Amino acid sequence: MSSARPIADPRAFKDNARIVVADPVLRRSFRGAMDFLTEKRAAQFPDTNGFNRLRALGQQIRQHALGKLPELLEQLERRLTANGVQVHWAESAEDANRIFQEIAARHDAKLMVKGKSMVSEEIELNHRMAEHGIDCIETDMGEYILQLDGDRPSHIIMPAIHKTKEDVAHIFAEHIPGAGYTDDVNELIAIGRRALRDKFRVAKIGVSGVNFMVAETGSLVLVENEGNGRLSTTVPDVHIAITGIEKVIEKLEHVAPLFTLLTRSATGQAVTTYLNIISSPRRKGEKDGPREVHLVLLDNGRTQAYREENFRATLQCIRCGACMNHCPVYARVGGLSYGTTYPGPIGAIISPHLMDLDSTRDLPTASSLCGACGEVCPVGIPIPELLMQLREAGRHSHLSIGQGSRLKGQGSARTIGEALAWKAWRLLYANSHLYRLFAWIAPRLRGLTPSHQAGWTRSRSALRPAPRSMRERLSKNLSTPVPAAGPIAANEQRKEA
Amino acid sequence: MSLMDSQRARHAIFSRLREAIPATKRVAEPDVDACQAEHAANDVTRASPIIDRFIERARGWQAEVIETNLQEWPTTLAAAIENKKLRRVLAGRNTWLAEGIAAALPSTDLGWYDEPIDTFKPVLFAEIEAGITTTRGGIAETGSLILWPTLDEPRTLSLIPPVHIAVLRASELHETLHDAMRAQSWADALPTNALLVTGPSKTADIQRLLVYGAHGPKQLVILLVRDKVEA
Repeated sequence: MSSARPIADPRAFKDNARIVVADPVLRRSFRGAMDFLTEKRAAQFPDTNGFNRLRALGQQIRQHALGKLPELLEQLERRLTANGVQVHWAESAEDANRIFQEIAARHDAKLMVKGKSMVSEEIELNHRMAEHGIDCIETDMGEYILQLDGDRPSHIIMPAIHKTKEDVAHIFAEHIPGAGYTDDVNELIAIGRRALRDKFRVAKIGVSGVNFMVAETGSLVLVENEGNGRLSTTVPDVHIAITGIEKVIEKLEHVAPLFTLLTRSATGQAVTTYLNIISSPRRKGEKDGPREVHLVLLDNGRTQAYREENFRATLQCIRCGACMNHCPVYARVGGLSYGTTYPGPIGAIISPHLMDLDSTRDLPTASSLCGACGEVCPVGIPIPELLMQLREAGRHSHLSIGQGSRLKGQGSARTIGEALAWKAWRLLYANSHLYRLFAWIAPRLRGLTPSHQAGWTRSRSALRPAPRSMRERLSKNLSTPVPAAGPIAANEQRKEA
Repeated sequence: MSLMDSQRARHAIFSRLREAIPATKRVAEPDVDACQAEHAANDVTRASPIIDRFIERARGWQAEVIETNLQEWPTTLAAAIENKKLRRVLAGRNTWLAEGIAAALPSTDLGWYDEPIDTFKPVLFAEIEAGITTTRGGIAETGSLILWPTLDEPRTLSLIPPVHIAVLRASELHETLHDAMRAQSWADALPTNALLVTGPSKTADIQRLLVYGAHGPKQLVILLVRDKVEA
């Protein structure tokens, strides 16, 4: 990996992307991983009808739950409370971190072991806890590697996808006492296992995310392969789970279809090693399990996406990562370039709500709108449409059709130049006299066309008006064949190569 | 103080949710049964016996499946433990297995999960080489086991020891997770923790290379007890 690293700020998206695109090792890591995941997923959905049937059900389950979200959250809270789970509400990252810190203070806990949780990344739990002298240790192998190295996850399912085994060997040798250098993957995992076992044994608090919350039973459902999720939620005396308010579903029977859609879409596995359904803290007479279970329900901008019917589908997401695995932009710029917790197409449609459209304005444009993300989404989120709507909202401060109120940062991507250009375009195309005048002048002034045309000419040749307008050609030379591919068309074809 | 904050946040979140523009399209109640039925009708693999399918898929996830029957399972279990040279094994009392286990294994090797984890941790983490548990059935579609930890068989019995030995009765195999949830009425009475376990723990977090034995058990041994006469 080169010395310059992409920085954790979506405003730096373009600079970040340039760093990654110029790094052949990173390019190879991402390309290889994406091809691998794409193929594995395809093998899990051999028949299109079967996939479509299951996806329609998954979409319906998520839409059904979102349709009655307030009621389901109330039901969930009631059931969890009856089961002995303590429910906390957090509007923002600060709220959520304060809840963690207060629970830790009450138990005098200086160490937390954490299973993989993207929401905990979203609130930067590790850093905030460190400020209070609390060590929050990642126990997912990939996340652990990144934490040791001070790096960030580049993929929501395979966080350390940008590291080679040699990278990991160096990181372990440097940071784990007595580890030594080995690039044998079996040995590396054994080293990680040994190092983290001790932490599981002594930590007072275990932290986890949640894949699904079941309202009717008051259950937290966790999906994982490594067993660190089970350890974090079983061994320590206190378990704190954190997730977004949108993760609730109504019934337990809704778990099975979503579970299979999730695992097959994410890693191309028919099932993960563990499906962990937690419904209460340790009950009377039981010999293990946490004595306290807490659930932190986070908003952090989700209600903005929920508020508008146009954007609500964003919250259907079950965080499988299939959209990034199939995204031609993600495969090239990698997960770190986005500078947000959630990268790729899903990140581009959720981050503007979690943050604002101002800082994330470039993300919805990081797409060729090829449609692959929407095609593979296991819960049928129309990602390309949502990207288009966010592009529009970024450039227009007025409300679009069906929109109730403005998004945070709406209209912030608007520039005078672009607005004027479109105004001029509209003027020309709406007035036939002006248009004719323009079509007559433009070819005659083509000699004056600048050879540098802002962003356009960075990787393309300059645009110039044709020597004669189409209208002129058609009226004079209807019988003369028009040359098939001009220089512009040829350039268009070269762009992707 | 924090309780008040949480209530303030709760109130704010709910009022924002309730202010939201209602969906123009009403979403019907999801019909999981119908989708499952269609899925079953299209599943050509179901022609072969359910036990065979379970074994094939469980082995596909690196579980070791040993077939046995209601009379011989304790001997089979003892032989497996002997083969693997496991010295300290742990089991739960008062299960349908307890008597057979006690009879088949030397008492020097066998321990019972009698103490709460708070005091048992040092032994559990450092000395126990295998945990033996019952199962509440299996899932043929994915080769998974249903675990239902109880007072006698705590959650960590199948989690901390490097080897997990699970005894599964063939009569308790279900086609799918959905079928098992329905047949066993999961939604009516979930335990503190219900689990689906498929193979030993694993990870592919380093360069996508699959390694078994991440944080959970490194080996999963399934003793499959053929307890019914098959057609």
